[in-house]
Amino acid sequence: MDREIYLDNSATTKPYDEVIEYIAKVSREFYGNPSSLHTKGIESENLVKKARGQIAEALKTDSKDICFTSGGTESNNLAILGYLKANPRAGKHVITSEIEHPSVLEVYKQLAQEGYKVDYIPVDKDGVIRLDFLKDIVSADTSIISIIHTNNETGAIQPIEEICSLRKKLCPNAVIHVDAVQAFGKTLINPSTCNVDLMSISSHKIHGPKGVGGLYIRKGLRLKPVLIGGGQESALRSGTENVPGICGFGLAAEIIFSKLDDNYKITNELRNHFVKRVNDTFEDAVVNSPENASPYIINVSFPNLKSEVLLHHLEQKNIYVSTGSACSSRKTHHSHVLKAMGVSSKYIDGAIRFSLSHTNNICEMDETIEALKEIIPIISIKRGGKR
Amino acid sequence: MNKIILVRYGEIILKGLNRPVFEDKLIGNIKSAIYKFGKAKVMKSQGRIYIEPQEENYDFDSVLAKVAKVFGVVSVSPVWKIETEYETIKATSLKMASKLIEEKGYKTFKVETKRGNKRFPMQSPEISADVGGFILENIEGLSVDVKNPDFILYLEVRESTYVYSETLKAQGGMPLGSNGKALLLLSGGIDSPVAGWMMGKRGVEIEAIHFYSYPYTSERAKQKVIDLAQIMAQYCGKIRLHVVPFTEIQLKINDNCPEEQLTIIMRRIMMQIAEKVAAKVNAMALITGESMGQVASQTMQSLYCTDAAVNMPVFRPLIGMDKVEVVDIARRIDTFDTSVLPYEDCCTVFVAKHPQTKPKLEKILQSESAVDFEPLINTAVENIEVIIIKP
Repeated sequence: MDREIYLDNSATTKPYDEVIEYIAKVSREFYGNPSSLHTKGIESENLVKKARGQIAEALKTDSKDICFTSGGTESNNLAILGYLKANPRAGKHVITSEIEHPSVLEVYKQLAQEGYKVDYIPVDKDGVIRLDFLKDIVSADTSIISIIHTNNETGAIQPIEEICSLRKKLCPNAVIHVDAVQAFGKTLINPSTCNVDLMSISSHKIHGPKGVGGLYIRKGLRLKPVLIGGGQESALRSGTENVPGICGFGLAAEIIFSKLDDNYKITNELRNHFVKRVNDTFEDAVVNSPENASPYIINVSFPNLKSEVLLHHLEQKNIYVSTGSACSSRKTHHSHVLKAMGVSSKYIDGAIRFSLSHTNNICEMDETIEALKEIIPIISIKRGGKR
Repeated sequence: MNKIILVRYGEIILKGLNRPVFEDKLIGNIKSAIYKFGKAKVMKSQGRIYIEPQEENYDFDSVLAKVAKVFGVVSVSPVWKIETEYETIKATSLKMASKLIEEKGYKTFKVETKRGNKRFPMQSPEISADVGGFILENIEGLSVDVKNPDFILYLEVRESTYVYSETLKAQGGMPLGSNGKALLLLSGGIDSPVAGWMMGKRGVEIEAIHFYSYPYTSERAKQKVIDLAQIMAQYCGKIRLHVVPFTEIQLKINDNCPEEQLTIIMRRIMMQIAEKVAAKVNAMALITGESMGQVASQTMQSLYCTDAAVNMPVFRPLIGMDKVEVVDIARRIDTFDTSVLPYEDCCTVFVAKHPQTKPKLEKILQSESAVDFEPLINTAVENIEVIIIKP
């Protein structure tokens, strides 16, 4: 069994071969510190500049608006904390949704402890935030609204443009931060045309290296750095630049954006095929991802089994997926996203996330269905509270 | 002057004619614990063990910490060994006092002398007073406090004289391997590593057995057990870990036995497999982390049923301990943080909602007869993976 079916692309992706080679080349030949004054430093600085250009090109924006970070988590932290700390006169009311990534939710929890008034927008059964609720809670005191573009567990896409026009009408002073980690490289998102102020992106979700990400910052917006020191990245993010990582990120972005439409088409076909087969094959299975979700993420609940047991059985067949929630003997961590959608715990327990890439193919989807057909009867709970 | 390490041992002093056997075992264990830190002589003299480095830049701190983890050692001290000559004793005492004051900022002290060498012309109190006076004269801002000094300078006048102040408490117990070998049922929880450590402390050599139910539990659960054995190995020396493929048996129990008896039957099968492995590796007892009444499978009735599965001694060193006491030891021996990692038996797949707390052996035996466990047990034993864990 040498074949490997990797359906955990929302967790991380396999880097492109070209990217790996480029990283090796940069590590070997251009090891200078971009801050150094000699040629070695300037070479490295130019490579970082080039990568910044590639990311800016992908976002249809200017190089100056891109700050490199260590990844999505840091970008989210820098966006929210950086904005609030740099603008102490902004209001004390902050808004996010119930289905954010922990790197946003935990920041908001901390803000609540610091005395901010925090509101969490609920979602409907499709996992899309309720604009009517948002309308009701925004006020002149609202300083930042942070919303995930594509939810990492269900793929539900949030109405970012509507949020921006709502802001224009009701609270023009509030800034909008978008966590676009699961959207970047999969769909065209263009922060300047839809008037987003801050946008987080990450390299390892687009077949680039881990440990690199970026934050788009609208021109004129002031942020206070979270990491302070030597003043790299226009004093927004100190620390010697991860030159090979940044270069890999730039190249991965260029590759993936050059084929954005084709990739989307391929993935969309895979998703439609897989969802149809799941619905045809497993009577009780429920697809939690809404129909208009990102085709890259398919969240399915198989009732009467523990998702982690299913995960390990698939793993035995070299098929790699994620669970919608992690359970342990001590406490059950229910997915906060599925819970917010009102999914019952029986269905949360058996939730599996299949996350695709344009590098997957139809045969892999079919093989996964066959594997599920084999495994599910074996591990389904037959009697009260067991297996 | 020689910088050496003084090792004190306790209980084995009380042994009779066998004492040298235990002492030699302890010396052997100390040697193998510290050999990688460089060349050193380890020898015994007058009821003590001395470690004399045979090379420059010997890593005293690491060796002290390591020896303090050797079972049978009661305490260790870094010591200056000098010739028994009064002027040298005075000068060396002053030197050590100055060093301590400089490093730790001590303000008060006293001197304590033990004169083992009765040919030496001065008596112990006399030496203490005179050396103390000499130190006071030569170091400003220092005073004597006999009740609660910042540090005590110890002088032991024997064939040679030993000057020291710091003593590192060790674990006591008996030298590892002086009391045979036992097989520990290691689960990955908080209790079992502590149980293994406690028996190791009584001189028992430890092998471990773990029951692995992949893919119902994750590979991380196995790695966790390996990590725990790795921590235990710092105390118990090399540990052979026997990983038993257990999924098949769990499924069989699950499908054929009453739900409320699942856990107790599973424990009984585990014990039977452990007994077979113990026989193979010449272990004379099993060790478990069970503690009276802690959970349903650890009630008096449950333990009675579990014990009935095997014909060899089962040691349960935690039997009379509260969880809090166990956690204290687990923190002290550094297994706690690893034990509480959340992927122990990652899914509660084989657990009844309401396990029996008072099982009856005849009923359990009746339930077990639904399955022919013998071939399953043999297959499991044949397919054991042995992982050797070195300290």
